[in-house]
Amino acid sequence: MTRLSPQAIRLMIPVLSLAVLLAAVFWLQPRAMSYMGMNLLFNLAVPIALATIAQMLVIAVNDLDLSIGTFVSFSACVTAVYLPTAPLVAVAILLGAICVYALIGILIHLRDLPSIVVTLGMSFVWGGLAVLILPSPGGQAAGWLRALMTASTPFVPLAIIASVVIAVVAHLLVMRSTLGVAIRGIGGNARSVARAGWSVMKIKAAAYALSAFFSVLAGMALVGVTTSADANIALRYTLLSIAGVILGGGEFVGGRVSPVGAVIGALTLTLAGSFLSFLRISPDWQIGAQGAVLIIVLGLRLLLARREA
Amino acid sequence: MRIRSMLAASAAIFACAFSPLTAHADTAGKKIALSNNYAGNSWRQAMLTSWDKVTKEAVKAGVVASADAFTTAENQATEQAAQIQNMILQGYDAIVLNAASPTALNGAVKAACDAGIVVVSFDGIVNEPCAWRIAVDFKEMGRSQVEYLSKRLPKGGNLLEVRGLAGVFVDDEISAGIHEGVKQFPQFKIVGSVHGDWAQDVAQRAVAGILPSLPDIAAVVTQGGDGYGAAQAFEAAKRPTPVIIMGNREDELQWWKKQKDASGYETMSVSIAPGVSTLAFWVAQQILDGKQVKKDLTVPFLRIDQATLEENLKTTQKGGVANVEYSQADAQKVIAEAK
Repeated sequence: MTRLSPQAIRLMIPVLSLAVLLAAVFWLQPRAMSYMGMNLLFNLAVPIALATIAQMLVIAVNDLDLSIGTFVSFSACVTAVYLPTAPLVAVAILLGAICVYALIGILIHLRDLPSIVVTLGMSFVWGGLAVLILPSPGGQAAGWLRALMTASTPFVPLAIIASVVIAVVAHLLVMRSTLGVAIRGIGGNARSVARAGWSVMKIKAAAYALSAFFSVLAGMALVGVTTSADANIALRYTLLSIAGVILGGGEFVGGRVSPVGAVIGALTLTLAGSFLSFLRISPDWQIGAQGAVLIIVLGLRLLLARREA
Repeated sequence: MRIRSMLAASAAIFACAFSPLTAHADTAGKKIALSNNYAGNSWRQAMLTSWDKVTKEAVKAGVVASADAFTTAENQATEQAAQIQNMILQGYDAIVLNAASPTALNGAVKAACDAGIVVVSFDGIVNEPCAWRIAVDFKEMGRSQVEYLSKRLPKGGNLLEVRGLAGVFVDDEISAGIHEGVKQFPQFKIVGSVHGDWAQDVAQRAVAGILPSLPDIAAVVTQGGDGYGAAQAFEAAKRPTPVIIMGNREDELQWWKKQKDASGYETMSVSIAPGVSTLAFWVAQQILDGKQVKKDLTVPFLRIDQATLEENLKTTQKGGVANVEYSQADAQKVIAEAK
């Protein structure tokens, strides 16, 4: 019998929990077991998956980004306001925002600041900018964006294809590319990466910029799904993305992350919400129940990790 | 053959006898869901209670098969969008919606419409064209106050305006309506304007602050939740109490009742009843029943006058807002008026 690699074991729990939840949802609501049903279940998970990858990149360098929710909202506002009428302006603003993220990464590295504090501060900046750009809810999705997010692909719903594509791209980027190895290396042991001749500052800046890039994609995908934006549209994403990374087998320190797991984690979280509402759990209990789902999955992981050791 | 015709005849008699009950048999198998984004204040609580009460009776009477209420745990548009998509999967025929955002739910609302589901939004409305909207005409709410005053005080006089929370859409709308009313009835003049933030204590402080600089005030126009505070400020300044328009809050009605009993004080009170959720329910039922309904409807105000004060006060909970639950006939009236 071949021994499973630690990576595969790490991925087992998220895959299993997603499968169990999916089976439960299908059992509760057989209607969900259809092309349209899968799309409805998962199309809002696509932006969450992108935001989770963004969070994962920051967690990979042992930091935590508390501004993802407001930054995705900001990107969504820019997308909804400028992309249809002045695409160049939109691209310029979003590229500028990515540069700002890279600068934040540099700042955190140079001054050795706690990332939680810096990003928490930045969350107010992004939130304020979002309100400035879109004072009252509105804007619209560019035609091509809406068409992309609502495309009816043959056989497999778009939401599933998009999730797989995100997982594969993120996997190649983080697990296979040189940059990805360096980013995870910083999380594991920054000093040895520096000794090997790398510039830790540059890598950190790259990690933050990549994270911002995925957040921007999340904002755009969100506008494509909802057709318009709101300055507060994605505030939940901060916590959802962190939970998604951890649920997907990532760890807060040590550069131990799993892109495929993160996407599965995001899908699981989305599905947990639907599952609870199909169960008709009163809203007062839903937050608690969602927490319980998280704790159960994490508890399982802990058990398995002991076995692994 | 004879038996069959007899059967048919008796069936016809049955149908006639029970027609008042089964006139809406078309919707007897329909399921309606309420998607609500927030339940954290007394208005929303009253809204959910009204929904529960009215829909329970409707389900019992066989008008609809079920009418479940869902509230999102966090007041977030993405969460509510997911909730609506779940409702599509659960096979509801209509979704009654109090939305977290007028725009951010459009994708989910469109998906519901495409699945053949009737979406009726109220209070927090959505601007997706395929949905119905039951909106509040805040402008008219402001204008009607001045219209009432023009009958009470034909000679006119000075008005003090107590506004709501600065920068909020509702405040701008009501105030615009009041100014429109003043233009329509030029015997009135707004001599002062303060922000009361829809809270009695804030209103009292604001009115007390501006009162010394004002001439005689004939009436106070308000936005609701501020009339009692304004009255207290006038009392504290030992100035004669003007006609203060109230906003259906329990403390305001109590104060009015006390004044009415003591000195025959006369005014009126106007606001939106939380029971508007039940109006939306009946509108959804009417649409499912195949009625032609315009996409934009207006919520009637709940207006309390001198004669109806006691009866409304009796049904208003302590610290709450006067409420009214709407019936199917009310919904039909609103629909007919919009045509």
